[in-house]
Amino acid sequence: MEGKIFRVSGPVVIANGLDNPKMYDVVKVGSSGLIGEIIKLDKAQAIIQVYEDTSGIKPGEPVENTHRQLSVMLGPGLIGSIYDGIQRPLDKIMSKSGDFIARGIEVESLDTARKWHFIPSVKDGDEVTSGAIIGEVEETEIIKHKVMVPYGVAGVIKGLKEGDYTIKEKIASITDSQKKSVDITMLQYWPVRMPRPVVDKLPPDIPLITGQRVIDTLFPVAKGGTSAVPGPFGSGKTVIQHQLSKWSDSDIVIYVGCGERGNEMTEILSTFPELNDPKSGKPLMQRTILIANTSNMPVAAREASIYTGITLAEYYRDMGYNVALMADSTSRWAEALREISGRLEEMPGEEGYPAYLGRKIAEFYERAGRVNVMSGGTGSVTAIGAVSPPGGDISEPVSQNTLRVTRVFWALDASLANSRHFPSINWLNSYSLYIDDLRPWYLKNVAEEWPELYQKAMGTLQKEAEINEIVQLVGYDALPEADKLILDIAKSIREDYLQQSAFDEVDAYTSIRKQYMMLKSILALGDEEEIALIKGVAMEQMADLEVRQKIAKMKFVKEESIEPYYNEIISSISKIKAIEPEKK
Amino acid sequence: MNDIYYKTINKVTNVLLFVEGVKDAGYNELVEVKLEDGRSVTGQVLDSRDGLAIVQSFGETRGMNLGNTKVKFLGNTAHINVSTDMLGRIFDGMGRPRDRSPPIYSNESLDINGSSINPYAREEPSEFIQTGISTIDGMNTLVRGQKLPIFSGSGLPHNRIAAQIARQAKILGESEGFSVVFGGIGINSEEANFFKKEFEETGALERAVMFLNLSSEPSMERIILPRLALTTAEYLAYKENMHVLVILTDMTNYCEALREVSAAREEVPGRRGYPGYMYTDLSTIYERAGKIKSRRGSITQIPILTMPGDDITHPIPDLTGYITEGQIVLSRELYRRGVYPNIDVLLSLSRLMNQGIGKKSTREDHRGVADQLYAAYSRGKDLRSLTEIVGEEALSANDKKFLKFADSFESNFVKQDYYEDRSIEKTLDMGWDLFAPLDEREIKRIKDEYIKKYGKWNNGAK
Repeated sequence: MEGKIFRVSGPVVIANGLDNPKMYDVVKVGSSGLIGEIIKLDKAQAIIQVYEDTSGIKPGEPVENTHRQLSVMLGPGLIGSIYDGIQRPLDKIMSKSGDFIARGIEVESLDTARKWHFIPSVKDGDEVTSGAIIGEVEETEIIKHKVMVPYGVAGVIKGLKEGDYTIKEKIASITDSQKKSVDITMLQYWPVRMPRPVVDKLPPDIPLITGQRVIDTLFPVAKGGTSAVPGPFGSGKTVIQHQLSKWSDSDIVIYVGCGERGNEMTEILSTFPELNDPKSGKPLMQRTILIANTSNMPVAAREASIYTGITLAEYYRDMGYNVALMADSTSRWAEALREISGRLEEMPGEEGYPAYLGRKIAEFYERAGRVNVMSGGTGSVTAIGAVSPPGGDISEPVSQNTLRVTRVFWALDASLANSRHFPSINWLNSYSLYIDDLRPWYLKNVAEEWPELYQKAMGTLQKEAEINEIVQLVGYDALPEADKLILDIAKSIREDYLQQSAFDEVDAYTSIRKQYMMLKSILALGDEEEIALIKGVAMEQMADLEVRQKIAKMKFVKEESIEPYYNEIISSISKIKAIEPEKK
Repeated sequence: MNDIYYKTINKVTNVLLFVEGVKDAGYNELVEVKLEDGRSVTGQVLDSRDGLAIVQSFGETRGMNLGNTKVKFLGNTAHINVSTDMLGRIFDGMGRPRDRSPPIYSNESLDINGSSINPYAREEPSEFIQTGISTIDGMNTLVRGQKLPIFSGSGLPHNRIAAQIARQAKILGESEGFSVVFGGIGINSEEANFFKKEFEETGALERAVMFLNLSSEPSMERIILPRLALTTAEYLAYKENMHVLVILTDMTNYCEALREVSAAREEVPGRRGYPGYMYTDLSTIYERAGKIKSRRGSITQIPILTMPGDDITHPIPDLTGYITEGQIVLSRELYRRGVYPNIDVLLSLSRLMNQGIGKKSTREDHRGVADQLYAAYSRGKDLRSLTEIVGEEALSANDKKFLKFADSFESNFVKQDYYEDRSIEKTLDMGWDLFAPLDEREIKRIKDEYIKKYGKWNNGAK
């Protein structure tokens, strides 16, 4: 039985007479076969959100139910791809429809003709369970794609042989306890709205090292953690997301450009192949998947893009990888929800957003985590979501619902951005709830005194804010020397440490070791100056110390020459002891 | 079906018609509404269901009635005839000539909604456009294929700045200039005449296409107009290989029209009554800027909007800023002090600046100089507000230098004549002149080698 369109209103289409419609079934709408998804059933009518532009579509045109849920194709070949919100490869769309995206294009998400060299890791006759790894192929130079037993399948495996296969060719078969045999290929499907199962969740006690000083030092995120980056436009949300995609020590990065600028995706496409992963030295595209549903692409596909992204992330997590998912921006996703909800004439909640906004956001972030995976190892999905609050005011529903569930908050600040302090993460408003979970790691892997340095840096910055209020009233000259010193150290922390240029070759990435040395230098100088002050030395006597210049330039010193540079600084600092108070 | 007229309108509001008994109107399909007095008005289907079509009228609904007004569905979505004959011509908000010349005949008729550029086909904009305005070239560099709006306020000279950019914009080392597509959305006739005269005087009119909808004309045409302008621009850029500069003014009027339709449809309003889909809608306009790998031409957009109450957090500038690649913000304070162009550099930003500057395109010290200008001016301005409380005497000698820096930055670097076309070399050198009175060690944002090469401290006294 074929359905017929009853009503068209933007991305929402209502159809009558569909064959056994079920919630979230994928349907093909109109004579051009636009892809849509059933989001509501009302008596004989199915309400469909359509992932493509509906201009020209008329009542009476046919609607066909595919009886599938919106799913992604999983298998080797995902890495290095650029997809739209419903996993159609943009490069293949281009070869079919040219420079502009046409409607109703059907392309396969993965290359089904390409042969991959499969190496089994289990033997014929082995007992395998759902999600177990049975072999691997080299997907890129740095990523081994683990082939897993599909969910719901378990039993005795046989017919395994090393060799070259396409993703649709049979690589083995599994016979279950009922003697039912299932053919295994390297290809699987998974519905995007359903989280992939795991054994259990693990505590977040390993940091995601990002090479960004303000993040790693002050507001770290754990592997498997969640973080929100709200900020007004121009505050550098996208640059931060790009920096994390480039430099974070995750194995795989999935970047979802959700309702953002086309040129930003182009920038990633043109820069990532030329940049090397700091860990492996290979081009970044070899560990990256892009999902681009730019702001002018259909709004319903924007809603799906976030789920497509996190499902791909979970898939690689299940192989035992640490995956970082960047979603830029979740506000656009929420607006897509609002737009669809408005067209459905649902009762609006706050600011026109649907009442289920909070639940949807929480569900999304809950799919992050460091977990024991079904194949036996551990893997993680770290979710970092940009939020674009209107007017930069985070009291709005998307920011508030996001902050309720994420554990790290990087508050981007317009006034910092305007004075070109980047990354413009405000140190007074931001927080990371992982600090305590991660402390043992930092103690063990960075330095015993790390928590102390952290406390001191944060304390100094807090103090600076208080003193600055006094300066506004009485002027700088009226301050006691000790306060002037604090302002000095805080200034150095802000300018020489927290400010970091994404566009400078050396400064763009700072190893955790170098971060320690830089912070230690700044604070050690402060400590020595404090001792000198107590002895009676005036701040002015120390204003021209050469070591200040050295500390200021430290961020531009290459990783390989940082050790001797640091030692020089420490030895210059130790000479401050020799300064004697001037006699008045 | 083309000859079927429906006489079944059962409801008319000031912008909407509800037509009953229609079985198969396409979404976004164009309609022709014929009134009793013979006038005809164009409209578009906003919602189509079996038995009812909701039509948005682009012209006035004055004189329409429920019995004799007829509606014809035209079977296609809005299109415009395009050709290079359009250069030098002036059209209205529906694409009809308003210069007493014949309409455009062409085989090429394009859907005004366009299609989204495949992000994979885009080329990263990277060619530096010299506008001759220091605050733009030096600190908020415009590149070819960018969309960089001007955020203005009512009564500020945004039109002059846009005209100056249109007159002076060039790519260094290329003789071919920009073609201009101008979209005047709900502007008054004085503004329209200003641009017309400006284009005539500079000879730009012959490579310009103007679309004008005056404030007295139907507001619904304002929703169509930017799409006509951009479809024309796409034709010129991608079919005729031209580099096109699109100026759209005033986008605030566009958004007002959008709100009007939304209110008429009784939709759930978003912030301040603007529809929830305004972000998506605006992006279908702004995202039509860019460059495509396989094609020679390009579209650079300079939309202008006036911020209601000078409020940058108002939904119109706010949503625009989230889509465009930066913004040029005009300052009322500078304007009052007689500084033209009154660009507030601290609030302005060009996201694509880095791609367009540096050794290969402008000069190696460009990034550093720009950063340093920002840092020093920002510090100077902070000190200026501090002195209002504690007086200038309370400042240290060093701080006083920064205070002076802010003053001379505004009066020398920002301020320039309407006809002054500064080269990028000149702009950067002016920056170094401004740094000269500061202590050399305060120059933290520029690499040492450039300070040695361009700095003005080494010759004699510090």
